Amino acid sequence: MAWTRDDMAARAAKELRDGFYVNLGIGIPTLVANHIPPDMSVTLQSENGMLGMGPFPFEGEADPDLINAGKQTITELPDSSYFSSADSFAMIRGGHIALSILGGMQVSMDGDLANWMVPGKMVKGMGGAMDLVAGVRRVVVVMDHVEKSGAPKLLRRCTLPLTGKGVVDLLITDLGVFEIDRKGRGGVTLIERAPGVSVEEIRARTEAPFTIAAG
Amino acid sequence: MAQKTCASAEAALEGVIFDGMTIMSGGFGLCGIPENLIRAIRDSGVRGLTVISNNCGVDGFGLGLLLEAGQIDKMVSSYVGENKLFEQLYLSGKLQLEFNPQGTLAERIRAGGAGIPAFFTKTGVGTVVAEGKETREFDGETYVMERALTADLAIVKAWKGDREGNLVYRRTARNFNPMMATAGRTTLAEVEHLAETGTLDKDAIHTPGIYVDRIFQGAVFEKRIEQLTTRPRVAAGESV
Repeated sequence: MAWTRDDMAARAAKELRDGFYVNLGIGIPTLVANHIPPDMSVTLQSENGMLGMGPFPFEGEADPDLINAGKQTITELPDSSYFSSADSFAMIRGGHIALSILGGMQVSMDGDLANWMVPGKMVKGMGGAMDLVAGVRRVVVVMDHVEKSGAPKLLRRCTLPLTGKGVVDLLITDLGVFEIDRKGRGGVTLIERAPGVSVEEIRARTEAPFTIAAG
Repeated sequence: MAQKTCASAEAALEGVIFDGMTIMSGGFGLCGIPENLIRAIRDSGVRGLTVISNNCGVDGFGLGLLLEAGQIDKMVSSYVGENKLFEQLYLSGKLQLEFNPQGTLAERIRAGGAGIPAFFTKTGVGTVVAEGKETREFDGETYVMERALTADLAIVKAWKGDREGNLVYRRTARNFNPMMATAGRTTLAEVEHLAETGTLDKDAIHTPGIYVDRIFQGAVFEKRIEQLTTRPRVAAGESV
């Protein structure tokens, strides 16, 4: 049984540690916030200029001056702070954010990530993704293992324009979890499989070579 | 005696707009955008604009108004996915587009306002963003050189301001406004509340008045919400 979107978010939440400052991307990464253990203190950064993102407001209490990077209305927490976009990206590019969890279109065996444009189709823009993968200390990508067409997304080499080169540390898909040695030559290691998913099934749907973690 | 306050957006724009100019416009999405100045620029009929702004509004609001009126030739942005007209204009070649990573855009503007002509960053190395740009190694890592950005005019929106041009922003409506205020050859600020000089907390000023040339209290603040997201209220005694 492949993992659901929520299962993938729950698995990504296991990468959180007490005291972490974290930036969550749009889509499945946003769901990670629902899986923060209650005894753990994690501060969410929103790159439009906020630390300490709170939940959605109650009906009738939305504030147009208070949104997240996905332009959704949110709330503040007792320890929240606000700052400019320049300060926000100084945090990101200066290595002050411990973990970034974002979505992906393609990941390569060297840790390259493509997630911001499909040539010939509409180009929406990279937003803060290129800054996040370049500056955040650890980058986790959460995405479906294959495209709707069945084409693999974990590749030897990305075919789409890159968001960053050698930037992905961990990849979580609906089929399993992969460690990527983006700095050295360790390549891709399968460290976990979704329940009932075989190594053969993953190999059949993966272009990149990978080894299997011992145990 | 020098006087920065103006009666309206139209009055603030007098003598500072011309065809072919570059305008920086504050805001993230529709949050913290100078909506009064944008409407007045639309009404002025100025054309051939290069607009530097993180996004380009939505159809019918914010910078989307200038797109609809055909006043923008080129956008410098990080994300434009919320605007259908943008897509049509861009794909038909009627609109030029320069994508900047959001942090690079913010820093280019900050540098422009601070007199720093260029800087090096890791963001975009090995991607199309770095194509044609100088790269350099520092401490074993590769960095790309990005140039500073300035504009003929910066338009910003603050929550409160005084007659000196001191500005205070509110919550996430701050975003790109403080840097843009520093990087315009002329900077116009629209505020929700124009306070008497001396009534703002001097320790809490986000943009000192030196950066602001003209200031006015906006006539209409629609403050549209792009994505209204709420959670249900749980009544007392009900379990979650």
